[in-house]
Amino acid sequence: MTVQERIEETINTNPVVLFMKGSPEFPQCGFSGQAVQVLNACGTKFASVDVLQDPDVREGIKQYSNWPTIPQLYVNGEFVGGSDIMVEMYQKGELQSKLSGTDG
Amino acid sequence: MVTPGDIKNWIESGLEGAHVEIDGDGHHFNAVIISPLFEGKSRVAQHQLVYAALGDKMKAEIHALSMRTMTPEEWRRERGE
Repeated sequence: MTVQERIEETINTNPVVLFMKGSPEFPQCGFSGQAVQVLNACGTKFASVDVLQDPDVREGIKQYSNWPTIPQLYVNGEFVGGSDIMVEMYQKGELQSKLSGTDG
Repeated sequence: MVTPGDIKNWIESGLEGAHVEIDGDGHHFNAVIISPLFEGKSRVAQHQLVYAALGDKMKAEIHALSMRTMTPEEWRRERGE
């Protein structure tokens, strides 16, 4: 499988998945930590991928979404945004609506 | 070191009609970007336009950039005009 195929499979088999630096317990970057906090505040279960463990995924995910930064949130196969967009959507209640109805 | 003014110039010269309000310490930057090109676009598409204006600078010079994107109309509303 190519890295793009692996990424696609991860995104399509997890209703909510966060590509981040580090783990939800130990984020390795402030933006990734913020993304985890927002998802926790929504009470959503989510899968996570630590891009620091895999340089191919770290670069590949940027190409996949045409988005140059990490973290990246995907819900039901769709790219939702990075941490700034997650915070903005959370503040407006939009993220909660998008996440309700996912099983995590 | 990258200054907030550098980033402002890069975005404003790469994105037609853009106005950038920015502060930062050389490592972390907070920017509000206002452009008529954002009209009718999703937030993801709006941020992608900014990233495209910055190009490879996102990979090298700019370590951490937080941004909010707004249309001129949203910007006026935000400022209560």
